[in-house]
Amino acid sequence: MSQARSLNRRTVMLTSIAAATALSQFAAATASATPDSAKELLKTLARGDAKEGKIAIRAPEIAENGNTVPVTVTVESPMTDKDHVKAIHVVADGNPNPGVASFQLTPLSGKAEVQLRVRMASTQKILVVAEMSDGSLWSGAREVKVTIGGCGG
Amino acid sequence: MAMLTRRDLASLGAATAVLGLASPRAFAQQRITQAELLKFDAVGQVTLLHFTDIHAQLVPLHFREPSVNIGVGESTGLPPHLVGKHLLAAYGLKADTPEAHALTGGDFAALAKSYGKIGGLDRMATLVKAIRAERQGKMLLLDGGDTWQGSYTSLKSGGEDMVEAMNALGVDAMTGHWEFTYGADRVKTLAAKLKFPFLASNIKDTGFGDPVFEPDMVVERGGLSIGVIGQAFPYTPVANPRWMIPDWSFGIEEERIRARVAALREKKVDLVVLLSHNGFDVDRKLAARVEGIDVILTGHTHDAIPRPVQVGETLLIAPGSHGKFLARLDLEVKDRRVAGWRFKLIPLFADAIAPDPDMAALIGRIRAPHVAFLSKELARTESLLYRRGNFNGTFDDLICEALLQERDAEIALSPGFRWGATVLPGQPITVEDVYNQTAITYPAVYRVGMKGSHLKTVLEDVADNLFNPDPYYQQGGDMVRVGGLSYAIDVSRPMGQRISDMTLLRTGKPVDPDREYAVAGWASVNEGTQGPPVYDLLTKYLTDRKSVRIEENRQVRVSGADPRGLDI
Amino acid sequence: MADDIKPRIRVPQNPKKGEVIEIKTLITHPMESGQRKDAAGQTVPRSIVNALNVTYNGKPVFAAKLEPAISANPYMSFFLRVEESGTLAFEWKDDEGKSHKSEQKITLAA
Repeated sequence: MSQARSLNRRTVMLTSIAAATALSQFAAATASATPDSAKELLKTLARGDAKEGKIAIRAPEIAENGNTVPVTVTVESPMTDKDHVKAIHVVADGNPNPGVASFQLTPLSGKAEVQLRVRMASTQKILVVAEMSDGSLWSGAREVKVTIGGCGG
Repeated sequence: MAMLTRRDLASLGAATAVLGLASPRAFAQQRITQAELLKFDAVGQVTLLHFTDIHAQLVPLHFREPSVNIGVGESTGLPPHLVGKHLLAAYGLKADTPEAHALTGGDFAALAKSYGKIGGLDRMATLVKAIRAERQGKMLLLDGGDTWQGSYTSLKSGGEDMVEAMNALGVDAMTGHWEFTYGADRVKTLAAKLKFPFLASNIKDTGFGDPVFEPDMVVERGGLSIGVIGQAFPYTPVANPRWMIPDWSFGIEEERIRARVAALREKKVDLVVLLSHNGFDVDRKLAARVEGIDVILTGHTHDAIPRPVQVGETLLIAPGSHGKFLARLDLEVKDRRVAGWRFKLIPLFADAIAPDPDMAALIGRIRAPHVAFLSKELARTESLLYRRGNFNGTFDDLICEALLQERDAEIALSPGFRWGATVLPGQPITVEDVYNQTAITYPAVYRVGMKGSHLKTVLEDVADNLFNPDPYYQQGGDMVRVGGLSYAIDVSRPMGQRISDMTLLRTGKPVDPDREYAVAGWASVNEGTQGPPVYDLLTKYLTDRKSVRIEENRQVRVSGADPRGLDI
Repeated sequence: MADDIKPRIRVPQNPKKGEVIEIKTLITHPMESGQRKDAAGQTVPRSIVNALNVTYNGKPVFAAKLEPAISANPYMSFFLRVEESGTLAFEWKDDEGKSHKSEQKITLAA
């Protein structure tokens, strides 16, 4: 019996494709957040319904590492004493829980932009609501694809 | 030159692109000469020479272009998604000509015997030296990457043989992709040995996001100040093992390119060139979204396009792979914009070009310790063995057969790589041929139980990397190859709905989503994957078989495809 | 685990008065989500950095509340308009109730 032959009898190995998420912080299979629960949480955090607009979310089209996906949120605002962003709430709709982070800004921020790195168990949407100093709420969303990978070249 | 308008030059470019070698096959050999290949009426202040994806091929080889390369979304019916007669018709090329043979896969075995091998770095060096002498300080030689991987000698030397060869060739800058599969430390070590910069504007560290390589360079040629921005393959950590480069992050990073273009324009450069490993469709989209790039030298997707593709004011060049072609683009620059150009995609018919003695000696020295091993005959093939094509290649079918048998599996998966030399019918399959198809740094052949539902997910996932209508979601490989399994694919459907009718060939029964199947495959991106190296497994399989014959693959039924991407 | 926690701050040097500058920060922390199972199949208890407060010369300028969906070694960047030289003070809090502090001086360009 050849070497290769005997090897395949003895070694039954886990592969990437099968076991990629076994020890990761979020396994896709445990996801329980949904688009509805994510929106519900945003409503609670921001205490109201938001209009779409004023928010730009930058993120890679395809996450190169679902454990750390860079996300940049920019809110259109002059950031003056009279007119500024007070808070930015970020949630995701495909993780075990929808919450990601909430940020508080002040006129001293000068520019309403924050960058963070997010765990994403699977392809899902990042949803953002900004609370403005006049009490208005604005929302934006962006999908990030999380793939199995490994077949390019 | 001042008399020529942009339109004049553009049409000249069109005329020169066709090599004018329209002779019947029987006379082909006589008609192709080194002088003819080099013939070019120089224009403008500067010549860009570009090659990419040579995959560490030092010596001439056969490489069959795909007969299946389907375009989707905004790329439907556009190059490079024109194959065979559709490509020839689009560019006014005649069948039965050397250029038709170089650019298409039709009747490959017969024509390859007539025209001989193609490429070889010593032939490349001859052309480069001749053009360098002709242009006297007006030439820039740029390497698009995938240079250090793909052969036995590159694998054994950890990429160092290619660093030596590229230094000897006199390259001015490079970017990368498969280079990173030697690991971060090795890449840094080799980059330090280059006599030219390794450029990558999109690679940052995973801490504060600091640049890992120089993003760009400014060089003077022909009295022009030229800015060259490097763009490494954006999806390297997805398509290849991330654990080998854990502290680096990639991505398309359109914003960074925009910022580099602005910074170069601020420095008053005359010309901005993007040396890119994005893949052609990604670069076509990028050209339409990022202003101020004069030329994109594309790579990664291995496309040989006989003329530049124009997107707005940007020219896109695609010079094929494996050292088959050298692209020459002469540029007339006025007021910091391209005012005219002339182009030729030069095929390196090896028999027509005298090898450069210096490069030939270097290649000889690199290969000498391995020649006996590499030329060892393992088996003979009765049929053509090639890799390129969206769904299958006969060499992959052979690898899948070997995986099924040697690992006693029901289903085999082989990655959709686009590199690997072609072997003609009646020829021996040597150790070198095996490594030309499998020389990677993560070669373990795994065997694993996989549920039918998961197999479907894998196929859908890879299909979306290839057929997502938005080019920014395309990773540039071909479909994962399957053995022991047949399926149908409708490329026009969205992710999750393309694959159907998965059938286990061994039983003829539909794949059961809940049943676990024994699956063998190679090139897993996960750290710690166990199993024999694929080149050893294939060597053993071939040695046992002595002779192989691969029948035409009918395991994948394709629908929803633009017919111009199919020549079957 | 808490002993490994190391905050880092990146601030541009010598900004002009009134300039809006980008502040980057990174704190070494595994951010145990409470979802992960160890090799023995046991759930590893949640342990994350859950809050960051930033002041400039004592005035609040930025704050963050973090959930387990934030990656290990949390990284954040935000902006600050500097009208005077001073001290940027960071305070992170973790699930164990511990606090981690770090400061960075900013001197306006002369």
